[in-house]
Amino acid sequence: MQSIYLWIVLAPLAGSVIAGLFGWKIGRAASHWVTTLGVGIACVLSLYVFKYMVFDGGEPYNASVYTWMVSDGIRFEIGFMVDKLTAMMMAVVTFVSLMVHIYTIGYMHDDPGYQRFFSYISLFTFSMLMLVMSNNFLQLFFGWEAVGLVSYLLIGFWFKRESAIYANLKAFLVNRVGDFGFLLGIAAILMYFGSLDYATVFANTDSVRDQTMQIFNGSEWSVITVICILLFIGAMGKSAQVPLHVWLPDSMEGPTPISALIHAATMVTAGIFMVARMSPLFELSETALSFVMVIGAITAFFMGLLGLVQNDIKRVIAYSTLSQLGYMTVALGASAYAAGIFHLMTHAFFKALLFLGAGSVIIALHHEQDIRKMGNLRKYMPITWITFLIGTLALIGTPFFAGFYSKDSIIEAVGHSTIAGSSFAYVSVLLGVFITALYSFRLYFIVFHGEENIDPHAREHLHESPWVVTVPLILLAIPSVFIGYMYVDSMAFGDFFKGAIFVAPEHDVLGQLAEEFHGAFAMTLHAFGTLPFWFAASGVFVAWFLYMKRPDIPAMLKERLSMVYSILINKYGFDRFNEVFFAGGGRAIGSLFWKVGDQKLIDGVVVNGSAQTVGVVAGLMRHLQTGYLYTYAFAMILGVLVLLGIFVL
Amino acid sequence: MFADWPLLSLVIWLPIFGGMWVLLSGSNDRAQYARLIALLVSVVTFLVSIPLWTGFERGTAAMQFVEKGEQAWIPAFNIYYHLGIDGISMPLILLTTFATVLVVLAGWKSITRRVAQYMAAFLIMEGLMIGVFAALDAALFYVFWEAMLIPMFLIIGIWGGERRVYATIKFFLYTFAGSVFMLVALLYLYFQTGSFSILDYHAYKMDLSVQILIFLAFLVAFAVKVPMWPVHTWLPDAHVEAPTGGSVILAAIMLKLGTYGFLRFSLPITPDASRELDWLMIALSLIAIVYIGFVALVQTDMKKLIAYSSISHMGFVTLGFFIAYRIYDNTGSYDGAVMGLEGGMVQMISHGFISAAMFLSIGVLYDRMHSRAIKDYGGVANRMPIFVSFMVLFAMANAGLPGTSGFVGEFMVILSAFKANFWYAFFAALTLILGASYTLWMVKRVFFGEVANDNVAKLEDINKREFIIMLVLAVMVLLIGLWPAPLIDVMEATTQNLLQQMMTSKL
Repeated sequence: MQSIYLWIVLAPLAGSVIAGLFGWKIGRAASHWVTTLGVGIACVLSLYVFKYMVFDGGEPYNASVYTWMVSDGIRFEIGFMVDKLTAMMMAVVTFVSLMVHIYTIGYMHDDPGYQRFFSYISLFTFSMLMLVMSNNFLQLFFGWEAVGLVSYLLIGFWFKRESAIYANLKAFLVNRVGDFGFLLGIAAILMYFGSLDYATVFANTDSVRDQTMQIFNGSEWSVITVICILLFIGAMGKSAQVPLHVWLPDSMEGPTPISALIHAATMVTAGIFMVARMSPLFELSETALSFVMVIGAITAFFMGLLGLVQNDIKRVIAYSTLSQLGYMTVALGASAYAAGIFHLMTHAFFKALLFLGAGSVIIALHHEQDIRKMGNLRKYMPITWITFLIGTLALIGTPFFAGFYSKDSIIEAVGHSTIAGSSFAYVSVLLGVFITALYSFRLYFIVFHGEENIDPHAREHLHESPWVVTVPLILLAIPSVFIGYMYVDSMAFGDFFKGAIFVAPEHDVLGQLAEEFHGAFAMTLHAFGTLPFWFAASGVFVAWFLYMKRPDIPAMLKERLSMVYSILINKYGFDRFNEVFFAGGGRAIGSLFWKVGDQKLIDGVVVNGSAQTVGVVAGLMRHLQTGYLYTYAFAMILGVLVLLGIFVL
Repeated sequence: MFADWPLLSLVIWLPIFGGMWVLLSGSNDRAQYARLIALLVSVVTFLVSIPLWTGFERGTAAMQFVEKGEQAWIPAFNIYYHLGIDGISMPLILLTTFATVLVVLAGWKSITRRVAQYMAAFLIMEGLMIGVFAALDAALFYVFWEAMLIPMFLIIGIWGGERRVYATIKFFLYTFAGSVFMLVALLYLYFQTGSFSILDYHAYKMDLSVQILIFLAFLVAFAVKVPMWPVHTWLPDAHVEAPTGGSVILAAIMLKLGTYGFLRFSLPITPDASRELDWLMIALSLIAIVYIGFVALVQTDMKKLIAYSSISHMGFVTLGFFIAYRIYDNTGSYDGAVMGLEGGMVQMISHGFISAAMFLSIGVLYDRMHSRAIKDYGGVANRMPIFVSFMVLFAMANAGLPGTSGFVGEFMVILSAFKANFWYAFFAALTLILGASYTLWMVKRVFFGEVANDNVAKLEDINKREFIIMLVLAVMVLLIGLWPAPLIDVMEATTQNLLQQMMTSKL
């Protein structure tokens, strides 16, 4: 199997290197062929691995590829661990990536940076695969930072745009704040476990679980809690959880295919994946789980609200992504890792679909992203319309669609959880369902129905997108409908992740739910009588009423509730705060240290001061060197007198 | 095959005599000739230094390639011509021979005045710096150490920028004042032991109070060179005024002489003082990392920014060296101390490549625009895509991205520091944020955006010569980042031995 795994990671890398270094020589078509082929190989092989692991009962694989270094007796390896969790991630990553590659051929058709773009997205696929296939923390961190790098490069792909290069710097730095915690977490693991290898670490949890450490004098912290919270800070950066979420909406400055691939389907879910992978550690600390759950709940609810007031089609979907990532995080906090990962998978399909659908609209309208300049597009773009509707239905959790099964599992699991903060989380995710339906259908109605506000110039050329764009939409729409129904049984409530995810018996909410679970169909029927369904339905209804029936009401609400509106449109002030406090504060401290510390004190007083002192003293001494014999003679006489005086006395 | 050759003498004297040859051969009208000879000499020296790596025996901490005269060099003071290298000095020598080739190439076009003298200064300096790394006799060491200042003094003073005189004097006085203290310490040791052999000093027992005085004397000399806060202010001035090649050698090699000194002198000669004063070293290191990181953030001159970034990165080296005792205090064992030492050493090598790359890149821009001010640039990527691709890679390496060499050392030191104290690791890890902030903010302002002005619009991408320089540096940065094992293998035995010396009390 090792050669298959190597092929899976190296094929996209090879494509990336060829397109990146020789793209100028081999041309545009060859560049997209070579990268798409590389990712295609990875995708086919990943699906094979998925089949091998899931249907043929293949044994998990865990071995190192090469030794990165040996220091102080500790081996740092690069290696693969492939179990069902990995296999699922690999399949999702390569499939979505392949769709995005094909889609990009159409979307970026006229862009001068065509080859560069393909090189980047293949490099991303490679990095993401290294991240999910890692068998140790070092390589995890490698992949972690590498996807961050590619994200940086792609958000700033159009590097002439001031907003794009602002956004990519912001994304990188905010992620670095997360990585700061993550790296300290890794250091803590090395210190207490003596290894960075997953298997070794998970096997030795018993010897560490009762250890404590002092961070502040006099207060003992459980080592596991500290490790888990530090690692989770990393996840907060990458998976955009409050308050490190600020970079994700701005990342929409990048081309739409990468918003689908990186900032919706795969990279941003790395944090969720990581926590699930670390379940043997998180299970040992209820404090950490509570922390995870509360952060997730805040993100799920409050970020969803922001989606209501955005008018940029991509930003609405971006806030939806934030909110859905919050759902996944809540699931992790409730120890329902499997449900979180399940939602990660379904979300990858329908959210990639929504972004690519949005991209289809955007190119059809010549890079118009403002939904107020859209409307009634279903007439012009039937495939985009239907697939977007499917994605929207999946997102809001309509029964029989993929999102329903994963989201409902999460809500149920949180409802059963007993970890501190779970009641707050339950209310948040429940209300979140209403909000999700509301902003999703607001977007859908305004863009595809309603009044036509399209720029007349754009309307002349308005038509459905080419097949390279629509085929990925259709291929993503299929799993967005069926994948939930197919896998809810095994992934959420079955033993799909057995051996990969560990849940302590006292936290096993999914296990409790599984006892009441009687198949996907029964679950679907049951749903029509539950709160989440009616919340979603009322969200759709309200959206219809406000934006189709009485479009005057939203404008009125905006005025009546101007206070609320201004809070939402300012995104609760996070950006402003960061801008003033962190960016401004950092520069102020820098100036202070430089101008006062270095220039005034060290150089001004000490260095140049001592030079001046030497100068002044020398200047004084110079007066003694008059050059007149009598002055020296006088000095000598004085000297003799003093010496004599000392002698005599 | 080279085992019986005096390789160390060759790599020291070849460039020195080669430099004299260049000096004698070239008047200004024969500049091209001087360049070619200089390139030849530097390449041959680099090739001669390669067997030091390939022939190096990994498993031992003993000095290798040892050369010691039968007769004393200066019998009256028992001074020997004694050379030898171990896992600490060998990689640094290769770094030196490697960097010199690049410097010769980098000055190919941009230096048009007194070319022969310029090239000769670098070649002679190369030999002297290798001499410092290879000397096992303290007097010999001191001679090389001080002699090295002269060519650098000339390089900044003659080919430097507008405020070159202020910068050279500041540089010279700072470093010279520091070295005098070292001389006193070495003389004391000589009078006590009757020998100038550094290895003899390693075994010589001393009282704590004596050790502390010697430690402090060394500290002044080495701290200035590193440079450590608060004796760092000469460096930004020197860098700004130095020509590109001068900055490269200064950052890539000269700063390492200070940290090398800690490994060769302070830690093994005065282990008890090191233990006693480690709090001071750790504090100064963390101040360098954090304080200087903030200072780098607000720089408006690219070279100054990278100069400050160098100081901040060197903080990791000294931090890695001096946390061993705290690890013992905290965990009751020295596990993790070797990683700190090796992390510091890897950081020295890595910083050699990255800072060289950064200064050479700024040199590429300066050659075209004659400005180092960030505000004069903007949108360079539109005009120089190949150059900017390299530059982004180097910037990422400077920000410590995994997969580049910049990550390895910082990673090891942070892992090690965590064992000593949570807060050491906390402050050290702040560099993740600070390093990315100052580096990438500069990248944003200089390289991205619309073409800022007519001068930028006229820029041309790098030529073949520049491309080759960038390429070899990029390869090294990635190679060490993706596979540091070979580098750490050569250090392992020496580092283990060093830790033994540090652990063994001399009281």
